[in-house]
Amino acid sequence: MTEVTSACGYLRQMWLIRVFEEHVARLSKAGEVPGFVHLCSGQEAVAVGTCAALEDGDYLFSSHRGHGHFLARGSDPYGVLTEILGRQDGLCGGYGGSMHLVDAQRGALGATGVVGGNIPLCAGAAWAAAEAGRGRVAVVFFGDGAGGSGVFHETLNLAALWRLPMLFVCENNGYAEFTSREEHSVVKHLSEFCAPYGIANTVVDGNDVLAVQSAAAPMVAAARGGSGPQFLECLTYRLSGHYEGDSMSYRDKAEMAAWVARDPILRLHRQLTELGVEDAALARIEADVRDELDQVLARAVAAVPPAADRVLEGVLGDLPGRESGA
Amino acid sequence: MQMTYLQALGRAIGEALDENPRVVVMGSRFGGHFAAQEDEAFGPALAKHAARVYMSVPIAEFGLAGAAVGVALAGGRPLLSFNIASFMLHGLPPIVNEAPNVRYTTGGRVNAPLTCYALGGIRGGGSSQHSHRLQSMLGNIPGLQILTPATAGDAYGLMKWCLLESQDPTVFLAHSELLLSSEDVDLSAAPLPVGVARICRPGRDVSIIAHSVTVPRSIKAAEVLQRDHGISAEVIDLRTLAPFDRGTLLASVRKTGYAVIADECHKSFGVNAEVAAVIAEEAFAALKAPVRRVATADVPIPYDKGLEREISVTAEKIVEGVLATLGRPVGAGA
Repeated sequence: MTEVTSACGYLRQMWLIRVFEEHVARLSKAGEVPGFVHLCSGQEAVAVGTCAALEDGDYLFSSHRGHGHFLARGSDPYGVLTEILGRQDGLCGGYGGSMHLVDAQRGALGATGVVGGNIPLCAGAAWAAAEAGRGRVAVVFFGDGAGGSGVFHETLNLAALWRLPMLFVCENNGYAEFTSREEHSVVKHLSEFCAPYGIANTVVDGNDVLAVQSAAAPMVAAARGGSGPQFLECLTYRLSGHYEGDSMSYRDKAEMAAWVARDPILRLHRQLTELGVEDAALARIEADVRDELDQVLARAVAAVPPAADRVLEGVLGDLPGRESGA
Repeated sequence: MQMTYLQALGRAIGEALDENPRVVVMGSRFGGHFAAQEDEAFGPALAKHAARVYMSVPIAEFGLAGAAVGVALAGGRPLLSFNIASFMLHGLPPIVNEAPNVRYTTGGRVNAPLTCYALGGIRGGGSSQHSHRLQSMLGNIPGLQILTPATAGDAYGLMKWCLLESQDPTVFLAHSELLLSSEDVDLSAAPLPVGVARICRPGRDVSIIAHSVTVPRSIKAAEVLQRDHGISAEVIDLRTLAPFDRGTLLASVRKTGYAVIADECHKSFGVNAEVAAVIAEEAFAALKAPVRRVATADVPIPYDKGLEREISVTAEKIVEGVLATLGRPVGAGA
């Protein structure tokens, strides 16, 4: 029964992310979002399954495609949405935006707009966690495109060398921006790079939240227990473009259709039905999420922007002896 | 207490490690090719705190810089040494594109108090790939603090400030030619506040604005100007470039009416250009002659010593710059 309860919780979180992204897509199309948005529709199971394995106090580093990571970690959808809209109530006061979400209270210390840029930062947080002996784990999400960056490889070495309590989570959605994996690398799976460093690694179906959670939990426990870094590669697919407005001319329609059929939400729905949960109960989960987010949306679009007269403030911390504005 | 710049750094880092358990040291060497002197100055302090010292690291500047930022985000106070500043170019993304943004783009919810240390400057035979002065390009990054101490005392005070007090990312640029310079450092004296320039030699006829290695060269030039030409030059050491002390600089230029900027950066878009622009904007009416920049020629740094000297900022060139600015014949005595 607890298994079913947990799974229903995952379904709720996945719907929350999916519907949230639907709202963001509409707002973006309507010109309400100041910057680029990169939706994670279709990849919800990775965020939800991984975050289910984390504990309070663990660190999380997200990517440019990060809305789902924050929602799965428990960030307030209103705070995330107002940040994406550039409003004062946003997680970062409207100064960061979609690609720079931070929610320090939940250990989410950074998202980055640069592919791969978050990976070494996560190693540093893991280093600090280990040094402080607090039993914390640091997890970083990145796409398969990050495997092309040198710093990905530098960080694998550092993490192994220092036996960091770190979980690498590769969301392998088959595309680095607009380029398919086959076109930008001869290596099929990023987890293959773990072998020379002796980093424990697993490849899972990233569209199966139960599989992701089952793989992530022992890896997080191993990292927490001092076994060094772990690498979880989740094979998934983004149902949207690289960014909102992407024509997706580089993607094959048949390929898209095949992945639509493997939608992680439909998958979990089916799994729950097989476990005996009634369709009506599952439909209610979706309906409740839609109601909740309708209210969040109404509040968010009415939220005020950041005060323009403070735009020059807060670049550096206050220091004794420093002239204001110097 | 008489100590070299390198000894002052070692002492400051040792004291910071003693005082705050969040201070961690990682990266490459601090003393460049002065390895023996570095070992003497740093060895005991680093050995004492070996658990918080990671000085045997892979050559992975990007990864290490990113890790240092992550340590800082998670509450640590890392000091990352890049050794030669040119190597920092491989580690710039976290230093330029992550750390300086976080305080501002999170509305003050997160900050990254890390210190990046590097030996910048034209160092004698460093050629094109070991001679970079990064302060100009880094000066264009809001949110980054840039310290360029010229003396052992400032190196001691500013390094302790970075590691124990600063709340934001800082680049500490030492210079190979300064490392063995020494002075009497009063360890009990309160250090000058960060963001305050120092008038190292008062004068009335011309202001020479310097930082880092051009400070001792400007002082030498001022002595020659006094002795050979009867010119009283005021030498200002900017000490820190970000924050930048406009007040001391402008007060001096308003007093003397002449400004000569001695800067080891390249002339185009260098620190010298920023100083000249500030003077032009704020003190134009006080100028009795155009501002002059004595800076490194706009060429990659050549290898041969004679060629290197040809394009470098020397005391002689600073003297010539002052004479030309004051309308005195260059090369002639008083």
